[in-house]
Amino acid sequence: MLMYTIKRLIAGVITVWFIATATFIAMHQVPGDPLMNDKAVTAEIRANLEKKYGLDKPVTHQYFIFLGNMLKGDFGISFTQQNRRVNDIIQDHFPVSATLGILAILFASMGGILWGALTAIYRNRMPDIIIMFLVILGISVPSFVFAALGQLLLVNINSMLGQSVIPVAGWGTIWHMLMPALVLGLGTMAFLTRLMRSSMLEVVNEDYIKTARAKGLSPTRIFFRHQLRNAILPVVTVLGPQIAVITTGGFVVELVFAIPGLGRYFVQAVQQLDYTVIMGTTVFYGAFLVLMVIIVDILYGFIDPRVRLA
Amino acid sequence: MSLFQPELSDFERATVQSDIEQISRPSLSYWQDAWVRLKKNTRALVSLGIIILLAIFTLIGPLVWRVDPALQDLNQVSQAPSWPKPAIVVEPYESWDGIRLDDYAGPENYPDTLPAPENFRTVGEATTQRVRLTWDQVPDADGYNIYRNNRLPQDFNDLGLPLGSTYGDELSYEDRLSLEAREYYYAVVPTDGIDEFENYTLLQVSPKLALTLDEALARNLVDVQDNVRPGDEITIEFHPLGTDYLGRDMLARLMEGARVSLFIGIVAPLLYVMVGIMYGGFAGYFGGRLDAVLMRFADFVVALPFLLFMILFKIAFGIGPGESGIFPMLIALVLLGWPATARLVRGQVLQIREQGYIEAARLLGAKDHYLIMRHIIPNTMGVILVTLTFAVPAAIFTEAFLSFIGMGVAPPTPSWGSMCNEGVKTMLSHPHELIFPALFISVTVLAFNLLGDGLTEALDSRMRSRD
Repeated sequence: MLMYTIKRLIAGVITVWFIATATFIAMHQVPGDPLMNDKAVTAEIRANLEKKYGLDKPVTHQYFIFLGNMLKGDFGISFTQQNRRVNDIIQDHFPVSATLGILAILFASMGGILWGALTAIYRNRMPDIIIMFLVILGISVPSFVFAALGQLLLVNINSMLGQSVIPVAGWGTIWHMLMPALVLGLGTMAFLTRLMRSSMLEVVNEDYIKTARAKGLSPTRIFFRHQLRNAILPVVTVLGPQIAVITTGGFVVELVFAIPGLGRYFVQAVQQLDYTVIMGTTVFYGAFLVLMVIIVDILYGFIDPRVRLA
Repeated sequence: MSLFQPELSDFERATVQSDIEQISRPSLSYWQDAWVRLKKNTRALVSLGIIILLAIFTLIGPLVWRVDPALQDLNQVSQAPSWPKPAIVVEPYESWDGIRLDDYAGPENYPDTLPAPENFRTVGEATTQRVRLTWDQVPDADGYNIYRNNRLPQDFNDLGLPLGSTYGDELSYEDRLSLEAREYYYAVVPTDGIDEFENYTLLQVSPKLALTLDEALARNLVDVQDNVRPGDEITIEFHPLGTDYLGRDMLARLMEGARVSLFIGIVAPLLYVMVGIMYGGFAGYFGGRLDAVLMRFADFVVALPFLLFMILFKIAFGIGPGESGIFPMLIALVLLGWPATARLVRGQVLQIREQGYIEAARLLGAKDHYLIMRHIIPNTMGVILVTLTFAVPAAIFTEAFLSFIGMGVAPPTPSWGSMCNEGVKTMLSHPHELIFPALFISVTVLAFNLLGDGLTEALDSRMRSRD
């Protein structure tokens, strides 16, 4: 187990290095540089600025400087937001995105498992048909439409009650988080419901369920201890990649609900070619996702004894 | 005992009596069989029908609905969906003197109340150009107030504010205030110069949609050659799905947007699935160290944060002035999309490689390239087709997503995603601008998803053995 974890962590570090390099190359492919907007008025100012930010050095040199700083955990200063360190930007805005993402994934996985199990129990009966119809809808409607509809719903609720009970946009209290997290989790929830349903239906025909029944275990016990626990495995497997989908999917929801998350800063940075912010956010996001996948895989070992040997 | 010596006559010619050997049903190839199963799946068939309709909408639609999607009409901004309307061409507006009393000398008495005017009627034809009203004189009235309402007023207080007023000698009123082709309720109330009296006469008027020749020419409704004369009837342009915030026709834009969205949604997956097949097939077939290296690289690409890199790559490949940004997005999708297919194909190839028929073919002297082209790729086609079907909605989503956050196709090129982005701003007042593009995205994604489900069932050999 320890060896496995260490191996995965080393592979993870290499992956992060690959992400950093790919970002660096892609970024330098973009024509222009961060100083092209309005700052470098004259050639002299430009030269000074280039010196300050290290842009006068060859690109390969810049790459190694960047890698060195990254190893020290320093992503540098932003080009466009004066004197703001990239680390500060991440520190200020990543927790917002992460909170939203965690809430959404909690909501999605709990909902997905619950609805999936329900549909499997009521297979081909009314609850199953209704839920599966909603699931198809959840998979087919883009998140920004849900976000817009969610806002519309809040507007209507608030105007019906005559006061702003649940805020329509912004960030701060738990009330601000509810609707964005719900909207963000919907797509994943629909996906997980489908997965859970087919997994439950597959498990129900397994021999160990028959054995358990033959032993005379109560149906509830069979359902929770044997069927549900085994059926959850595929759901846990996709949870890692789904965390990635949700955290980056947060971009749109953050935009619609005016949430000060990291996504907005990334889009802004790309538009203004803010090298340090682009590198910082991408590498940070990448590392976060890689870590998440590793954690899910390790957790998987605890849930499923069969893969613990790997 | 002598040995039995058979003679020729002891033998009987054997004939096949039973029809065991006969094939009772026509033999079906893999794809024929899959098609038979797919035909049983109503949902998948309906989806296939929707996809064909979408293709017709995209390819043939613009030939039928010949409206320029880029044409802005600021007179018709954010209009709700409407149907074709006939309009009459009228003479250019000429000022109207109205109907006046020559010998009017003001009221003689000031009674407590005045009766409602009689004979309230229109003069000439009521059109959206002008509505001319007149009524009979009320003795002792020193003026009249004219009201216009969209619905039937219940009583005097329901009339609201007057549209205009006249002096006592003026028994007519001309209304030219943004008239539409709908029902109006006009009311006229006599005054004694200061006070109104609560007696009014109502008149229901439905102005006809009318344009002057100049207006019709300016809006491209008629040609100079058409030789349209005042009094002729023409059909006014209409917007079955309404117009957007710049007065552009939504239907035409949705068709144009469908080209962009479906082009990206279908071409990008086709390309990256092809890359994935080659990459995964290569890795899986040759195996060993090469496989390990190639798949490790694929793992790296999978680990790239997808949306961040979509944005980064898209910008990196650059949009020149006047370009739509479709190709950068295509390249970015291909660069990031291939590993999933590559992994899948590799797994399949690893399985197939160990099958007996590959061994047999190799014994017969088949070359690598023959084995790959003849045996391995055709046997993975089922899985690949399913992947492709599910990749299309994913790509459409990605395009919509990027266009929605403003990092997709560049305006003025419409795509369903960018139309949603524009529509969401006016969601409360003009919901149709968001609903229609969102509906198109959802229905397309839904159809491809259901078709993918159907194909999975039809092509899965495990499912086959079940019935």
